[in-house]
Amino acid sequence: MSQPSLQNSDPSASQDPVQPSAALEASGLDSTVQGYVLQQMGTPPILRGLGLAALGLIVVGLVLGPTQMRNYGLVLVCLWAVYAMSVQGLNLMLGYAGQVSLAQAAFMGLGAYISTLLVRDAGLSYWLAMLIAVVVCTLAGALIGFPALRVKTHYLTFVTLGFNILITLVLRNEQWLTGGTGGIQNIPRPSFFGLELDTNVRYYYFCLIMLALVTIAVWFMLRSPWGRAFKTLRDNPARAESLGISVVSHTLLAFALGSGIASLAGVVYAPLIEYIEPAAFELPRSLMFLLMLIVGGRGTLAGPFIGAFLVTILPEWLRFTQEYYLALFALAVMALMIFFPQGIAGLGDTLRRKLIARR
Amino acid sequence: MNETVLQVENIAKSFGPVQAVRGVSFEVNRGEVLGVIGPNGCGKTTLFNCVLGQIKPDAGRVILKGTDVSGWQPSSLAKVGLGRTFQLLQVFHSMTVRENLLAAAQPHRGGLAKQLFMRPDLGLKADVERMITDFRLGHLADTPAGLLSYGQQKLLDIAMALMGKPDVVMLDEPAGGVNLSMLADVRDRLVELNKTRGTTLVVIEHNMEFIFEVAHRILVLAEGQVLTSGTPGQIQSDSKVIEAYLGA
Amino acid sequence: MAEKSALQTMPAASALGTSAWKDSNLEPFLQLLISGIATGAAYALAAVGFALLWQTSGTINFAQGEFVSAAALMMVAAMHLLGVGPLVAFVIALPVALVVFGVVFKQVLVERLLKRGDFALVIATLGLSIFIREVSRLVMGAEPFAFPAIAGDGVLRLGSLVISVNDVVTIALVALIIALLQLFLKRTFVGRSMEATAQNTEVARILGIDVDRMILYTFLLNAALITVGALLITPKYQAKFSNGEALGLVAFMAAIVGGFNQVRGALIGGFLIGVLDNLGAYYVSTTYRSAFPILLLVIVILFKPEGLFGRKEERKI
Repeated sequence: MSQPSLQNSDPSASQDPVQPSAALEASGLDSTVQGYVLQQMGTPPILRGLGLAALGLIVVGLVLGPTQMRNYGLVLVCLWAVYAMSVQGLNLMLGYAGQVSLAQAAFMGLGAYISTLLVRDAGLSYWLAMLIAVVVCTLAGALIGFPALRVKTHYLTFVTLGFNILITLVLRNEQWLTGGTGGIQNIPRPSFFGLELDTNVRYYYFCLIMLALVTIAVWFMLRSPWGRAFKTLRDNPARAESLGISVVSHTLLAFALGSGIASLAGVVYAPLIEYIEPAAFELPRSLMFLLMLIVGGRGTLAGPFIGAFLVTILPEWLRFTQEYYLALFALAVMALMIFFPQGIAGLGDTLRRKLIARR
Repeated sequence: MNETVLQVENIAKSFGPVQAVRGVSFEVNRGEVLGVIGPNGCGKTTLFNCVLGQIKPDAGRVILKGTDVSGWQPSSLAKVGLGRTFQLLQVFHSMTVRENLLAAAQPHRGGLAKQLFMRPDLGLKADVERMITDFRLGHLADTPAGLLSYGQQKLLDIAMALMGKPDVVMLDEPAGGVNLSMLADVRDRLVELNKTRGTTLVVIEHNMEFIFEVAHRILVLAEGQVLTSGTPGQIQSDSKVIEAYLGA
Repeated sequence: MAEKSALQTMPAASALGTSAWKDSNLEPFLQLLISGIATGAAYALAAVGFALLWQTSGTINFAQGEFVSAAALMMVAAMHLLGVGPLVAFVIALPVALVVFGVVFKQVLVERLLKRGDFALVIATLGLSIFIREVSRLVMGAEPFAFPAIAGDGVLRLGSLVISVNDVVTIALVALIIALLQLFLKRTFVGRSMEATAQNTEVARILGIDVDRMILYTFLLNAALITVGALLITPKYQAKFSNGEALGLVAFMAAIVGGFNQVRGALIGGFLIGVLDNLGAYYVSTTYRSAFPILLLVIVILFKPEGLFGRKEERKI
């Protein structure tokens, strides 16, 4: 065991600069992870410019919308906004914490029914009812998630499946409370400090504002230390645990918050259509939310917007395919999974990668 | 100061008929570097995993700074000052070096709810910068960790384990797979670490040369039990140790 | 948009008639039990196919229910276009099912998606389920079709028990099929190879088994099972493009409740659900009948996640 001792530290050893694309190829990381790594390397200016321009156009279009759209169009965009909110909640759970929830529609329903009943039967103001509904649903999410996660993280999906079915069963059958299959009609539009939101135009802006608030909140959460913890859990859960980051706590919080967001969408939804029924919150709707997220692109802030668009607004633009739209959408889902499982927003990453590789 | 910071008493673990660890006890004093060596299959990694909450031992206790932490989850142990590095899978590859260090530090900055609303850097900027400087990772600070070389990742791994200012860090083969030019770096950082920050280190290693240069005291394991312990000099000339390695 | 809840489209116990209490409490129970077993038998076939697919290739086939309803509609089409009875229609539909739900499904969809990971496959089968449902609706319309039972509408009277002949035939037929299946899986070379592939694909490969071919056979087997299942269950529901939802759910739940590790598990799961549904409707509440299988599912997951009969092994999920 008498060997020459280690040479003194070579200062250049750890000083090697890193060549991005070569290193990425050599790293042996799989393609999704490479995508994440690339995200870190920043967006090339061209892409960033294009992205901002597109975003700007869309925002301007939305704000000026009412000048061009009639009632039907306005309500449709509001529906898009409400769905995008629900899917954003799912995004928080799935895109970042890796949990599939099949109960988003149920939570949306709970939000809608709880707030509506509190306003109608308990005489509360819409805003207080909103607060209560969202808090209750967030807690409910935590309650459901807790036992399921302790068993094994995948089982949360099955439990949420069962939960959705049970909730809609209750909504259908407890006629005395929920109006049964007939639902609740004539839901009034709320007023905000005296400003009546009863016209479609005013409610339209209300929906857009709520969507903006939810998106900003989610963005903020993802940028926070908590959001960073999620990236660690995604990259290397064992290491994260050894550093003090608990998988179960973080996942549970994501699930609770995501469910709360869905319930908020429900609260906004009720006065929009002015009528709620159990059929709108059944399991197929939850499955649809899942598809919206995957097609739009999970783990991206834009994914939910794109996904909701494909299901609410695009069918309108493509009126001529009315009967066949859903079949085409389903076909697109299958094709997407084969060729671009990261979804449409994920295509942006592929572009980015190509541009960076050329550097 | 010769205060005992970590006490391991009679840890035993079997996997079916295989007795991986058969009653191992040892103590670690504050500020010391304890090396743990032994031939393959002697139970070093299992022992580590038992202490660090990855596996539940069949028997035995772990006492950290006077508190019985037996059976605690890894994330709880990290929060009370027991850190570790892994042999494989060390870093968060999609995050930059700086982000990795921030992530490693944040569990010590308050509970879950607080973390939702705090600023992204949690006021930890200075600490992170200091660590980057100490580990000479400045030029890599904004590179995604997945692009670092293996040796660089190892350094980052150790740095991450230190961000929470742990009292004890248990390192699982820090020199494993690192090429010669980087090895000296790793060795120097560990020694520096121990001297300037007074962090207690427990190091599993196969690379004898490496461990003899770093450790104050060596614990030798064989067939799931403690064979002997002593200074590097004593161990090197201990015939029992040589036999254990050659006979294995 | 007012579609019925998935499980609520299940029929009430067929031979019960009005739910009047008889002299002894045993009679309704027995009738419900038998009728539940008959329904459950058909579910069991779909559940077994589902479990086999999962075990052998890691495919979680969200479209399993739609396979059954589409097969039923194919048979309806054959009956209407060619004026034949259900058994002949079955003989015609079977090869089509084998090709479409067996070969095409595997080669076109599953093969390409397996390398993308389990999750992509699940989403794709979800998309497939919607696709099949929509195509069914476009081709066959939204109205339900009557589907004759293979053994007619006769009833047997045993004392004061009234049992549908068709139920008895169903139970007998399914028992026969399961027995043949077990024989096939345990006693023939191909069958044992398939089982081996299901237990541990890597080891099977090392042992020289043509894993890819075994997986194909599993898909073909599943296609056959769902076609038979369609033949047996559709008379109770009528054939409709939207039936797939309820059936798929039951297959899925049966497989989880029973435990994936063996055919037995999915089988028993199917029976359990059929019986529980019937008993629950009668003894507790008709409106909440669908809740009982769900509650069973949730309880099993929380307390025995490997299923009632499953072994605690690694799962492909």
